[in-house]
Amino acid sequence: MRPFAYRRADDAAEAVRAGAAGGAFLAGGTTLVDLMKLEVARPPRLIDINPLARDHAAIKAGPEGLQLGALARMADVAADPAVRRDYPVIAQSLDLAASGQIRNMASLGGNVLQASRCPYFRDISWGACNKRVPGSGCSALAGVNRGHAVLGVSQACISAYPGDFAQALIALDATVTVAGLAGPRRLPFEDLHRPVSDGPHLETRLRPGELILGFAIPPGPWTRRSLYLKVRDRQSFEFARAAAAVAVDLDSAGVVREVRIAIGGLAYRPWRARGAEAVLRGRLLDEAAARAAATAAFAGAVTHGGNDFAPELGRRAVARALMSARGLEV
Amino acid sequence: MTLEVNGAQRRFTADVRTTLLDALRERLNLTGAKKGCDHGQCGACTVHIDGRRALACLTLAVAAQGRRITTIEGLSPPVGPLHPMQAAFIDADAFQCGYCTPGQIMSAVSCVEEGGAASREEIAEYMSGNLCRCGAYPHIVEAVEAAAARTPS
Repeated sequence: MRPFAYRRADDAAEAVRAGAAGGAFLAGGTTLVDLMKLEVARPPRLIDINPLARDHAAIKAGPEGLQLGALARMADVAADPAVRRDYPVIAQSLDLAASGQIRNMASLGGNVLQASRCPYFRDISWGACNKRVPGSGCSALAGVNRGHAVLGVSQACISAYPGDFAQALIALDATVTVAGLAGPRRLPFEDLHRPVSDGPHLETRLRPGELILGFAIPPGPWTRRSLYLKVRDRQSFEFARAAAAVAVDLDSAGVVREVRIAIGGLAYRPWRARGAEAVLRGRLLDEAAARAAATAAFAGAVTHGGNDFAPELGRRAVARALMSARGLEV
Repeated sequence: MTLEVNGAQRRFTADVRTTLLDALRERLNLTGAKKGCDHGQCGACTVHIDGRRALACLTLAVAAQGRRITTIEGLSPPVGPLHPMQAAFIDADAFQCGYCTPGQIMSAVSCVEEGGAASREEIAEYMSGNLCRCGAYPHIVEAVEAAAARTPS
């Protein structure tokens, strides 16, 4: 690990000022400390923001929706009775991620910023990685790419966004509040992560020193009929090979009034499948409709050999998630 | 740095890069927490921080100051009965080489406290952050099940 300076910030303003001078925010540390050991991350300064949990770790559910503080821990949000009842897709996306230890440590803000698990990104002995060394190339294109993305990729980078919680957020139209030197601002969660065309090394639209304070999920008749389906290479403590976050509002005849679909494990960034949603709106939710939506979701998929199987795995995950959501008692 | 470990304030000098795991093992002579992968993937370093299980290898010691740390050495008194989970691991023969065992036990105590021991399947899920290369999983699950049955909910 490279040397760094360490300081604690007692409030958001202090954290932002310190962060703007260069450095990384330390919350749970489950991604950052790991990447620092690998020397993929070499921050000159760590700003420990855990004291901010006093003001920014609340879980509030009410008529205006769900508000989650960025310093809330994954385990606490997943265990919250109101989240489990009214926003099951959020609880499940957190419950099915990582391990019990990591869920106790990891913050929500850090969770959405977790780094790529691409082996060529994580191993600095590989020279070519555009995410780590801009302009150096992509080792995964002709490398071992079984776990790489098929949606939103380019020749510059095919790494998959590894998180689960972000898929629930993007599906439910969440917004994110950030603090910065110019004060707080809100942006759609969908806009937080940049497309690959901005350059793989530029992952988010956070400006220097900007710090995530929390997330807001608007209410909707679809949040209760929601779930997170995660397909993994091993049963637990594993990243998604394919995942689907779905939320559906059905009328009494089973026709889709509204639907939200996001795809995990197979896309470059948190991925909303709007094309698939359009297929379903106003249509009876049956197997054929679910399959048609799933097909639309992967219309633009690009594979690179090792992950040729991935679009079909993803289609089946989306279709199964939709059919499971149909069967939920709400 | 000063860390509160097993109820005692322990003061020592260390580089700011020192993880809690290295501080415990190399500075405080508490070698119960083990270094397996050192990247948060195996659970051998599991300790309790403020009463919740956490990975000592991904926790910076400097950031753990002011928090209550419990290691396997502090789970039961130096003289006296073992913690029920320790006893259950012995009774169920829930280890072979024993390297992962302190982490398994610290995690298992939390597994029961978190309400994750209602069935064998649930125990397997809640304990998935602790790997055992000897493959003692069936007996580990048995131990957790037995200890949970003796723990008032």
